[in-house]
Amino acid sequence: MARDTSRSVAVLGAGMHPWGKWGRNFVEYGVAAATEALRDAGIEWRDVQFVAGADTIRNGYPGFVAGATFAQALGWNGARISSSYAACASGAQAINSARAQILAGFCDVALVVGADTTPKGFFAPVGGERKSDPDWLRFHLIGATNPTYFGLFARRRMDLYGATPQDFAAVKVKNARHGLSNPNARYRAEVTVDDILASPVVADPLHLLEICATSDGGAALVLTSTEFARRHGVTGPMVTIDAVSTVTPTFPQTRIDMPDISTDSGVTAPPGASGGFKPAVIAAAYDEAGIGPDDLGLAEVYDLSTALELDWYEDLQLCKEGEAERLIRDGDTTIGGRIPVNPSGGLACFGEAIPAQAIAQVCEVVWQLQGRAAGRQVEGATVGITANQGLFGHGSSVIVSR
Amino acid sequence: MTTDTGRARRPAVDGWFTLDGEPALLGSRCTGCGTYAFPAQEGFCRNPACTSTEHTPTPLSRHGTIWSYTDARYQPPAPFVAPDPYPYVPFAIAAVELAAEQMVILGQMVAGVGTDGLRVGMPVELVVDTLYADPERGEDVVVWKWKPAGGTPASTTGSTTGSTPGGGDHGA
Ligand SMILES: [Zn+2]
Repeated sequence: MARDTSRSVAVLGAGMHPWGKWGRNFVEYGVAAATEALRDAGIEWRDVQFVAGADTIRNGYPGFVAGATFAQALGWNGARISSSYAACASGAQAINSARAQILAGFCDVALVVGADTTPKGFFAPVGGERKSDPDWLRFHLIGATNPTYFGLFARRRMDLYGATPQDFAAVKVKNARHGLSNPNARYRAEVTVDDILASPVVADPLHLLEICATSDGGAALVLTSTEFARRHGVTGPMVTIDAVSTVTPTFPQTRIDMPDISTDSGVTAPPGASGGFKPAVIAAAYDEAGIGPDDLGLAEVYDLSTALELDWYEDLQLCKEGEAERLIRDGDTTIGGRIPVNPSGGLACFGEAIPAQAIAQVCEVVWQLQGRAAGRQVEGATVGITANQGLFGHGSSVIVSR
Repeated sequence: MTTDTGRARRPAVDGWFTLDGEPALLGSRCTGCGTYAFPAQEGFCRNPACTSTEHTPTPLSRHGTIWSYTDARYQPPAPFVAPDPYPYVPFAIAAVELAAEQMVILGQMVAGVGTDGLRVGMPVELVVDTLYADPERGEDVVVWKWKPAGGTPASTTGSTTGSTPGGGDHGA
């Protein structure tokens, strides 16, 4: 496989508003993150030609037109805009929208912004009686929350691969340690396996401390063409985005996933035809960048639950199916190990601010590759990957290198 | 059409399952490619290789095996309907593989079945049971649920998705 940087875009700046439960308007977080990213890039707002917003659906109309909302808040500058909604992959879709504009030659400088203000507790569907909406029906007919699906995947690992509650808890212990000194993380405290197993079970076998919270937060990136970055005077190694995968599942999708009550039927598929959705998202990213798992120096994955992080190890091809428990037991995915996963602290330390999260994952990889991840630095990494999955066939993976 | 409470029954969603005798989920089968769907499909077929727009309504298998399982220890938010009278009692939830249809369907387990008694590969059967009571109309609102069917659980040492190509996350 030959590394392909012919369709790379430069990451000139990254910025975040710290994650928390601040209870303020999401626009405020987005503007703060954007301002920091612009400062980091050394770019003036008036020189931004394209704004890609990642939508929030829980904050009314301004959230649906996030690109315009952030552009207006920063002060109309005549830039072109886009707004992307793709559940948890909204941020990656916004990155991809900006990347496409740059690679097509329509602009040189793009700003990507995502921010959210979230309610407390379980994510519930938006209101009203909607009997043809699977997201409404799963709550009404079954009481299936997001942790229900996390519990299903975790139990399957236990029954099939011999995973233990201690293995799952070890993921949280690792991520909590990673995020201890991350200034943008919401939770910065060590936890023990005993703490985790003593917290209440939410969805068997998963405990409260193993399921990611919902958070407020904002993240932003300044992306430019590689030519512009050189003209702009980037010295030293340039950090680039080499792949953005947002592929859908392939029919038949026979693995149950949020928010569905039923899967496709596999009767028309040749045996063994489907490799699953998450592995397909990752494979498309590897393929686009012309790299493989052996090239990775770190990964930021969507640990919506502790057990889901283990699924990602296999989806990323860091190990074979059923072997992820060995990686966490051996410390392979801890900072200092063979392939550190979630050096930022992951969702375990951040909680989820949906439209900002996939952008925040890229911010972390950028800072890691630039050697700016104080207190959680992965040494010597030149390539990093993000992995993310959301509802309704959305997922994403971004490959960043220097 | 009454439950053991003596109240009339009303399905929580229309047309998704039968109520009487041996109840079954009502799905559909594409006349072009033979793929199943639940709930029943109308119009387009979800198989990208198929252009058929005709689907035959069909009851789905009443028996399946557990793909995985969990429970709901905390009361889910609306539109889940809070139990009346209180208190909320946790219930188990299973994702069940149907062999003939090669699909997985989610449902609550019947009351009284905890996750301790469940295993991946365990046989279950479909029943219709109360989801919540509607005192205003004096009716029990009912839904499909899964119930342990007895018998020996399938081996969990190998792939339990043998009946479902691609049913595993990672394929063959
Ligand atoms: Zn068809």
